[in-house]
Amino acid sequence: MRHIISILVENEPGVLSRVAGLFSGRGFNIETLNVAPTLTPGLSIMTITTHGDEQIIEQIIKQLRKLVTTLKVVDLSEASSVEREMMLLRVDAEGTKRAEILRIVDIFRCKVVDVSPEELIIEVTGEQGKLTALINLLQRYGIKEVARTGAVALRRGMQG
Amino acid sequence: MELSGAQILLESLRREGVDVVFGFPGGAVIDIYHQLPNYPINHVLVRHEQGAIHAADGYARASGKVGVCLVTSGPGATNTVTGIATAYMDSIPVVIFTGQVPTPLIGNDAFQEVDIVGITRSCTKHNYLVKDVTKLAHTIKEAFYLASSGRPGPVLVDIPKDVQQAVTEYKYPKTIKMRSYNPTIEPNVKQVRKVADLIAKAKKPIIYAGGGVISSNAHEELTWLARTLKIPVTATLMGLGCFPGDDPLWLGMLGMHGTFAANHAINNADLILAIGSRFDDRVTGKISEFAKKATIVHIDVDPTSIQKNVLVHVPVVSDCRAFLLALNREMAPRLDEGTATPSHDKWLAQVQEWATEHPVAYSHEGAAIKPQAVVETIYKLTKGKAIITTEVGQNQMWAAQFYRYHTPRTFLSSGGLGTMGYGFPAAIGAQMAFPDKLVIDVAGDGSIQMCIQELATAVCYGLPVKIVILNNGYLGMVRQWQELFYAKNYCATCLDVAPDFVKLAEAYGAAGYRVTDPAEVEKTLKEAFALPRTVIVDIVVDREENVYPMVPAGKPLTEMLLV
Repeated sequence: MRHIISILVENEPGVLSRVAGLFSGRGFNIETLNVAPTLTPGLSIMTITTHGDEQIIEQIIKQLRKLVTTLKVVDLSEASSVEREMMLLRVDAEGTKRAEILRIVDIFRCKVVDVSPEELIIEVTGEQGKLTALINLLQRYGIKEVARTGAVALRRGMQG
Repeated sequence: MELSGAQILLESLRREGVDVVFGFPGGAVIDIYHQLPNYPINHVLVRHEQGAIHAADGYARASGKVGVCLVTSGPGATNTVTGIATAYMDSIPVVIFTGQVPTPLIGNDAFQEVDIVGITRSCTKHNYLVKDVTKLAHTIKEAFYLASSGRPGPVLVDIPKDVQQAVTEYKYPKTIKMRSYNPTIEPNVKQVRKVADLIAKAKKPIIYAGGGVISSNAHEELTWLARTLKIPVTATLMGLGCFPGDDPLWLGMLGMHGTFAANHAINNADLILAIGSRFDDRVTGKISEFAKKATIVHIDVDPTSIQKNVLVHVPVVSDCRAFLLALNREMAPRLDEGTATPSHDKWLAQVQEWATEHPVAYSHEGAAIKPQAVVETIYKLTKGKAIITTEVGQNQMWAAQFYRYHTPRTFLSSGGLGTMGYGFPAAIGAQMAFPDKLVIDVAGDGSIQMCIQELATAVCYGLPVKIVILNNGYLGMVRQWQELFYAKNYCATCLDVAPDFVKLAEAYGAAGYRVTDPAEVEKTLKEAFALPRTVIVDIVVDREENVYPMVPAGKPLTEMLLV
């Protein structure tokens, strides 16, 4: 099963490689990884998506907690959470294709962030499924390049 | 008080109560060595950095204090990696100080530069590169705190040369508080009660103790619990010494080379109290067949150890001693009421029967010296009062099976990593901690050669360490596997060319004996143990003797090859 793990860490050199090294050294796989500072100075949040059965995820979480630089680890898949990823796509948009692509951009509520005679760069934010759907749709026009941030996620506030 | 980085390090060591440092100098730590004579710290100059880290580790295991190791950058640092991994696998508190090239040169492939923090990230509990002298004192305090608290382990501090030379105001913190590191020491009260309730129902309970009992100094509490409730005790290799080896409740070690009684008891038990042990594959055998009838209670200070290999019914995250104190307190009123535990007499009789029917044994046939007999003789002569270190392989297993350990910290062996070459430098460390105790390294002719150069260290510091080589001319344990499971294809395990260990001892200024006649073993060992010098006793033993019992790797614990 896919899990989104949110890790609050001390923002100091080597933290990322400690976390990433823990995954590789124990044969766990990282699907996406995102790191950025939090509101509290000196602390960063890492969001990692990974796959594994219950026991593997339990080990991953415990091992992450064991790292001296880790403050908190939460498996967001256990609770209801909001998940978003941002993606930039460079799409071939010559001639008649352009209007069709722009219509899709509109439907998906994406943004065109760069225009040239041959291509468009499209910015899209959303859950994994939405991003995949967009890629599937745009593939026929020719996607030249993709850059993705990996998921970021937060637990929902109002939970029954 | 303004001090240089080098002085800060040494002053901090003094304040941590460090009385001995095992090290080897080099360009990147020369500033520290320059200051060393001004501080009340014994420095033991080893002959290879691997010796330094194993000695620091042996010192820590024997004394219960933090071991300290000081080496230079680059090759000095990388030479310690095997020893760091050894300490990491066995949760031994050591602090390793490495020199580093000056900060402006870091990352430039400077002379003797290596990213030791990167290299040791996966085999240290934590590590640091100190880039600012004002942070040095705090980092050292933190390193000692991390190494010795929670689940202990090695911590490395990498100090660039310019940081050693830079000067700052010295202030050593009294305590350390880290928002990201708060190990759980006290057990959950409800869980303790649950364990007591389980004991009150168990008809076939067993205690399976590990190194955590020793590192948390919980042996007295464990012994009280076992004796009061009459629960039989088995231990892992790392746990030997946590329970008196001459007690009728003692079953001996369990696992691959464990006793028949221990392995059958664990497989038939209805309650397993796993205390400070981690269900290593050498202990469990085939995991799906392990202890299927038992409710498993697992006590460990490290939550990652719990549910890692086996499914546990009652997990307790706690320091082993804190848990046992709480459990014993919980037990006291139940003992008065007589509800602490049902009678185990039938179970004890069954366990006892297994023990008498299949003791660890060996064939006495043939004219050659039996290695097991050598270990038995060592026990006879020392009455269990010596500190035994071992190398790795057959010698290690025989030392575990045929010597009885009565007190903790008297058996020092590389359990998790299985590091050949560990025993002798570890014996040097143990002897530094206890100059008056008899320290014996039980060695094989293969592993002793991995750190043999430390003979110079032992002789230089007048350390009367005894090395007893069970010399069979083979890398014996691998040969045993080749014999049993690889159609006797003895590829690369015969040590055709070996040094004359007696001459070698003498060349280093130690004493050397060779024994080939079984009748000479006791006499020679007695003489060697009485000598106040470093001694090698090279005992030529039966070449193809095997370690039994043996559970083939991946088989259930009850499928044992016996003698």
